[in-house]
Formats: sequence, C-alpha cells, structure tokens
Amino acid sequence: MPIIKVESLTHVYSRGTPFEKVAVDGIDLEIEKGEFVGIIGHTGSGKSTFIQHLNGLLAPHTGRVIIDGADPASSKETARDIRFKVGLVFQYPEYQLFEETVYRDIAFGPRNMGLSEQEIDEHVRRAAYFVGVPESLFESSPLELSGGQKRRVAIAGVMAMRPQVLILDEPTAGLDPAGRENILENICNYHRTTGATVLLVSHSMDDIARIASRLIVFSHGRVALDGAPADVFSHAAELKDMGLAVPQATEIALALKKRGVDIEESIYTINYLRKLLVSLRGEVGPC
Amino acid sequence: MLKNVTLGQYFPGATPVHRLDPRTKLIFLTGYIVALFLAKNWASYALIFFTLAAVSYTAHIKPKTLLSGLKPLLFIVVFTALINLLYGTGEPLYTFWIFRITRQGIHNAIFMVLRIMMLVCGTFMLTYTTSPLSLTDGLELLLNPLKKIRLPVHELSMMMSIALRFIPTLIEETDKIMSAQKARGAAFDTGKLTDRARALLPLLVPLFVGAFRRADELATAMECRCYHGGEGRTRMKQLRFSGIDFAAFSLCALLIAAVCVLRAFGL
Ligand SMILES: Nc1ncnc2c1ncn2[C@@H]1O[C@H](COP(=O)(O)OP(=O)(O)OP(=O)(O)O)[C@@H](O)[C@H]1O
Ligand SMILES: [Mg+2]
Repeated sequence: MPIIKVESLTHVYSRGTPFEKVAVDGIDLEIEKGEFVGIIGHTGSGKSTFIQHLNGLLAPHTGRVIIDGADPASSKETARDIRFKVGLVFQYPEYQLFEETVYRDIAFGPRNMGLSEQEIDEHVRRAAYFVGVPESLFESSPLELSGGQKRRVAIAGVMAMRPQVLILDEPTAGLDPAGRENILENICNYHRTTGATVLLVSHSMDDIARIASRLIVFSHGRVALDGAPADVFSHAAELKDMGLAVPQATEIALALKKRGVDIEESIYTINYLRKLLVSLRGEVGPC
Repeated sequence: MLKNVTLGQYFPGATPVHRLDPRTKLIFLTGYIVALFLAKNWASYALIFFTLAAVSYTAHIKPKTLLSGLKPLLFIVVFTALINLLYGTGEPLYTFWIFRITRQGIHNAIFMVLRIMMLVCGTFMLTYTTSPLSLTDGLELLLNPLKKIRLPVHELSMMMSIALRFIPTLIEETDKIMSAQKARGAAFDTGKLTDRARALLPLLVPLFVGAFRRADELATAMECRCYHGGEGRTRMKQLRFSGIDFAAFSLCALLIAAVCVLRAFGL
C-alpha cells in the first residue's frame, strides 16, 4: 500500500471572487514508503499548495488525499494524527521559532504529541544531532542564532516528531553553499537512518538530481513529468519550455552531443559525467 | 481562511469614478451623507438612491457586490428597523402587549433602514473605487489646513498609509505561521479557553518579532532614501482637479440643493 495516495486533487484559492486562482488542478499520485522524491516546478506552479494537502493543512476542493490509509479531511482528530505522521517544514521555517530556548522550541512538536519528558528529551537530542545543532546551543535563545542555525533548529523541530514522511519546502533557499550542502546531507542522513519517506521541494536541479530517487515536475498546477531523474532530465527541451533548467552536467552533455561527441543524453550528476569524459578521453587520446 | 477579511477592499478599474481625484470623492461622500440626513420624504430618497445607482453603474460595481458588503451590518439594520417599528408614535394601527405599530412607526422604520443602507453603500463606493494610498493622500491634502493648529497631518497620514500597506502582509504572515505551528501539532481551535489562549503564544511571538523586524527594515529603507518628514517634501503624483472633478462638485451641490428644496416644500 502506498503511504501517500492522491486522487484528482484540485485546490482553488479565493473561490467565487474576482481573484479566483486554480493552484492545483487534478493531480493523481502515489508515493511508496521509503521513497526520496524531489519536487520541482516554476514559481507559482502549486508545489507549496500541493504539499500542504498532505498533512491536512489545506482541504481539497475536489478529489482526496489518503495518508497511510487515513483521510485527513475526515475529522479534526485524524488530521492532527496525520500531522505527527507527516512532518512539514515550510519555506523559511526560521520565522516560526518562538520559544525562549532552542531546546524548548525543538521540543514543541514532541510535547504536542503527548510524549513523556524522557521521550521528549530523547527525541530532541536525536533531532538536534541529525541537523548538527550542538548541545551547547540548547539554552540560547533561537532569536540570537545566525540564519543558517535558525533554519537548522526549525528543521530539527519537525524531525523531532519522528515523522514517517518528511516534507521540506525549499529548505536550502537563501543559504550559502556550505550551509546548503550541510542541510541536504542532514536530510539524506535522516532518510537513510530512519527509512522515512522524504519529499523535497527545491529549485536547484543539481541538488535534487544528486539526491532524489524520483522526480515530480509541476507545471501550472499539474504534474508534467514523473519518473526517475534520468527519465525526467532526458526531456530537457520540455523542462526548458516550463521555465526550468536541467542540471549542469546534463547541459554539458547536451552541448557536447551537439558538437558531435557520442555521449549519453541522460547524464545528470557531475560525478558520472566526469567518469564518462575520462573514459572518452581514453578513447580519443590526450588532446 | 483569514484571506476572507476584507478591509475596505479596492477593486481596481479605469472608470470615470476611479479617475476622480480622491479629495473630490471624499467631499462628494460628505455631501452625499449631508443630503441623506436632510432627506425627509420619498422624493428626496429616490433622488439620492438614483445618485448612488448612477455612480455604481458608472464605476462598474455590481449591486451584488455592494449588498454583500452590507452582510455584516444585517443585525444592526434589522435591530434598528424593529425598534422603529415597535415604538412608533401616533395613531396605533395594531397593538399587542406593550408594542404599538403605527403608520409613523412603519414610515420611520423604512426610512431608517434605507438611510443606513445607503450610507454604508456610499462609503463602500469610496473604498471600492479608491486605492488606500490615494485615499490617505487625499485625506492628507484635505486636512492640510489643520497643520496651522499644529496637528501632525503628514505624520498621521504616513502612519495610516504604512498601516494600510501592511495589513495584508500581516494577515498573510499570520496565516503562514499558524500553518507552520499546526504542522507541529499546535491546536488553535480545540481545547478549553485557557488552553486556547496559551496556544496563541506560538503564533503571537513570531508575529511580533516579524512585525518589529519589518518596522526596523522599513525605517532603515526610508532613511536611506533621505526621508525626513513632510517638510519640503514634494509628491510624485500631484493631485490636480480636472473637468470631471468640477462636474462631480456640481452634481453634489445640485443634490444637496434639490434635497433642501424638497424638504422646504415638504413634498
Ligand atoms: N493564500 C493564497 N491565496 C491566494 N492565492 C494563493 C495563495 N497561496 C498561493 N496562491 C497562488 O497559487 C499559486 C500556487 O502557489 P504556490 O505557493 O503553491 O506555488 P509554488 O509552486 O510553491 O511557488 P514557489 O516556487 O514560488 O514557492 C500561485 O499562483 C499563487 O499566487
Ligand atoms: Mg512555494
């Protein structure tokens, strides 16, 4: 049984006013347990709207969402249960920090779950470890941290609920390269150790090509492409039409192909490209 | 959910009503209200109603939109009507218990309801067709003479425009933070009253922190652009009266005059 099942989901903002906007338009999807799904799409393509349906924050106007066999729209209690199962990290999550100390902020989710103090402590320490927040910061105020540290604390606050599904909306936006790398690594780490299903919304093709095992491309509220990264990135022209880029490695491979070099088109990681180029050079001889 | 709150919502457009100078619209509205309070009989109410209808037709504002704005006032309207209806003076047509329904009472109730409705609709016509910014601009210029008595007119209107500008932003932000905390299991709509009050903390703290951060950033941005109060400040959009403004003034004067005449003759 898939852990997430979405059937002809539609969501319309400001319905019945002159400002009506169809943000999500008939989406059908199934996501299996343990998958690492990358979600990409141009700005305003409905990604954020879509993921807020997966834990019942938004209710579908038509269609339905089934999480692990339960429908979040069925009752308030189910929705709340599902929120602990499906952890959602919003865009710029650092603006949701509110507690006096980092420790208490990370503990907010587990405490809402009704865990015992000891379990809360265990959850908090483990989550902080996953995102690399040192225990020495536990007693400082979240408002005094740097932007990158705040982001980490906010992500830990969701991870601390140990959700079976972790959804992150552009967790690396506005961070420096080292910080981005670090956070992505933390997420991969969480995926590997807990076996959780992860959905990652990102605008960086290179990042997402490297770590996701499946890509879903949104365009104007619909799913335009869905498949393994190699499949998706072989539609380079379509992606460009949607205002999206392909990873740099694919870009280089395509350019080489245009110049008559015999090379695969569906290359999407720098490492694989390097390997191919080295082997090619072996054939051609040093230039 | 919070998106449904409309505070004097503005419908952009390019009709003659939209193009009127905001000062004209403010003065016209004042004149309209004066006429409404001077009106005493069917003929003058009809005249005022006709004016309202003509303006809303010109501005492409549908009657449905105007009426839907009245919804929150339904209670007040019904209440006023009942009071007027049940406590009329004069010859009773019908009595029961302590109430007396009189011809005068019915008459008063109808007029009172009409007056409230037309008053509110008139005010809506202003906010529907004028952007909040040009409204504060107009207000500032109209109140300018009060600077003589040391009223900080410019500062007040600047504060008002900033507040208006940030209402939607704050609503959006509230929505976002609420969703984020709900995602961590916060319950805003269940539990006892004390629980609910405590549940507001995760919402209010980030909201205030955000508001102060914004205020700080805005102040810096204003100072970077050399803002130093209203003294010697010129405007990018100069407000100037044109032909339609004078036409509107004439119409307004005509309306008041007509209502006065009708009142004098007691038609
Ligand atoms: N609260 C809202 N009220 C009205 N319209 C909205 C609201 N939120 C989003 N929209 C509209 O719905 C559409 C989809 O928005 P959404 O935030 O889901 O896009 P997105 O794919 O997440 O974009 P981005 O990459 O910029 O985050 C946009 O056109 C947006 O303007
Ligand atoms: Mg988004």
